[in-house]
Amino acid sequence: MGMTITQKILAKHAGKDYVEPGELINCKVDVVLGNDVTSPVAIAEFEKLGVEKVFDRDRIMLVPDHFTPNKDIKSAEQCKIVREFARKHGITNYFEIGKMGIEHCLLPEQGLVLPGDVVIGADSHTCTYGALGAFATGVGSTDMAAAMATGEAWFKVPETIKFVYYGKLPEWVSGKDLILHTIGDIGVDGARYMAMEFTGEVIRNLSMDNRFTMANMAIEAGGKNGIIEPDEITLSYVKGRAKRDFVLYKSDEDAPYFEIREYDVSKLEPLVAFPHLPENVRPVSEATHVLIDQVVIGSCTNGRIEDLEIAARIMQGKKVHPEVRVIIIPGTQEIYLEAMKRGYIQIFIEAGAAVSTPTCGPCLGGHMGILAKGEKALATTNRNFVGRMGHPESEVYLASPAVAAASALKGRITPPWEV
Amino acid sequence: MKFTGKVYKFGADIDTDAIIPARYLNTFDPAELAKHCMEDADPEFPKKVKKGDIIVADKNFGCGSSREHAPIAIKAAGVSCVIAKSFARIFYRNSINIGLPILECPEAVDAINEGDEIEVDFATGKIKNLRTGEEFKASPFPPFMQEIMDKGGLINYVKAKIEKNA
Ligand code: SF4
Repeated sequence: MGMTITQKILAKHAGKDYVEPGELINCKVDVVLGNDVTSPVAIAEFEKLGVEKVFDRDRIMLVPDHFTPNKDIKSAEQCKIVREFARKHGITNYFEIGKMGIEHCLLPEQGLVLPGDVVIGADSHTCTYGALGAFATGVGSTDMAAAMATGEAWFKVPETIKFVYYGKLPEWVSGKDLILHTIGDIGVDGARYMAMEFTGEVIRNLSMDNRFTMANMAIEAGGKNGIIEPDEITLSYVKGRAKRDFVLYKSDEDAPYFEIREYDVSKLEPLVAFPHLPENVRPVSEATHVLIDQVVIGSCTNGRIEDLEIAARIMQGKKVHPEVRVIIIPGTQEIYLEAMKRGYIQIFIEAGAAVSTPTCGPCLGGHMGILAKGEKALATTNRNFVGRMGHPESEVYLASPAVAAASALKGRITPPWEV
Repeated sequence: MKFTGKVYKFGADIDTDAIIPARYLNTFDPAELAKHCMEDADPEFPKKVKKGDIIVADKNFGCGSSREHAPIAIKAAGVSCVIAKSFARIFYRNSINIGLPILECPEAVDAINEGDEIEVDFATGKIKNLRTGEEFKASPFPPFMQEIMDKGGLINYVKAKIEKNA
């Protein structure tokens, strides 16, 4: 019996020739990740283990990005714990303010996560790296603590659902829309515990930035990991970034799938996920009655250069609607710099948008754009749960950067072709 | 492990932002987190929950973020056990890792109401509604996870393993 790419990567890291769905295995991990919210808890647990050293100081990535630059005294204390741990253990990949970015934009960009890796991160959107053809999944702080000591983690080998996208991708329809469509189809627990493998001609032609967006939101369908077989596009992204060797895996012809779902994308429209679940998707043309107070373009879902590019294209020479606050957050310093070189930052500022240093900020209702009672935001982020961006009675609508930029100009949810 | 407690019932897809909103994640002090447990799902919950009480919820409980603060907040609020139709993956994993008893049992969830007194035997997975006398059986844990639970969580489990290898 063949194996899926997910099975193959897990088997290799468990030192086995074959693993089957449902099997409990112990795996070596290539990368262990934590942020300023989850690492302090992990560090406290790590101390309880009584080990002197971390398993490998080059394989642990600590990225304070949620409440940084520190938004208050408590978060400053949290970051201090992470910083001191990083110094004590000589952690190579600790990213201080000025170097840091949103973790899931940063690690692929820096060539620190690679095809064929097993990555665990104490952050649910660790699944983003599946776009590179890695097995990457979110875990909790205790798992992170144990892995920092042992370099290992336990997994149940997941079943895989294969999603095949075919047809011609219409203008303005992006990776964000493909994944929102998928979540809308299977629901927020439609892939619970399972691997989501994205394939088909549409994926093969999709840029890396769009692939990251798709794998990023696997968790929003309950998935354990999202994964895309590596190809030429992957290789040209990884080339020049990779700091070590990597392995390319592909699913076998006779790999077992729990289910195969096919989508013809040719009739798709950009989508909007209505409050309060990412599965509440509707075509943007059915959302134009929604007036908005704030637009956020950023996050680990859509804070990359192509996302800023499309927003800049739409906002160029135009003005933000006077009743909307627009916040644009490049995902990393490198993305920020590139956006500056290309003139996007100037376009945003001249349009009347605020541009921030990289941070998660408003995505999780941390800082940098919290909503008041009754306010509505359109965001390129990944979650629209109750209270996600601020007051429990505020609302978040999720969409692509194109829809976000168009809506920023009109003050209501707007299809990109209307501006 | 046997628990008896009063039931607080919640709907489907209760996410980690509802269990412990991100605005409180600038600390990981359990007592502090407990003060805001389930706040965005039921603002009164932190005030009314008593030690030993039990949360019963519909499908996909704990979806969303990987924050361990979610099961920690529930445990610190005094909740003895969570029963749901199903749990989101990371929440499930985290609960086992920190030693918060959780059980999946769709039939029990449908038949138990807010305010019922129920008895849960964690070892056998038996759930009894003391108001109606009805009994349900949750599926047992795989032995490996049972072992982690028995050791009181993943850290103790790994610690024992490291010591054995040393
Ligand atoms: S940008 Fe949002 S979803 Fe992504 S890691 Fe930060 S808080 Fe989480």
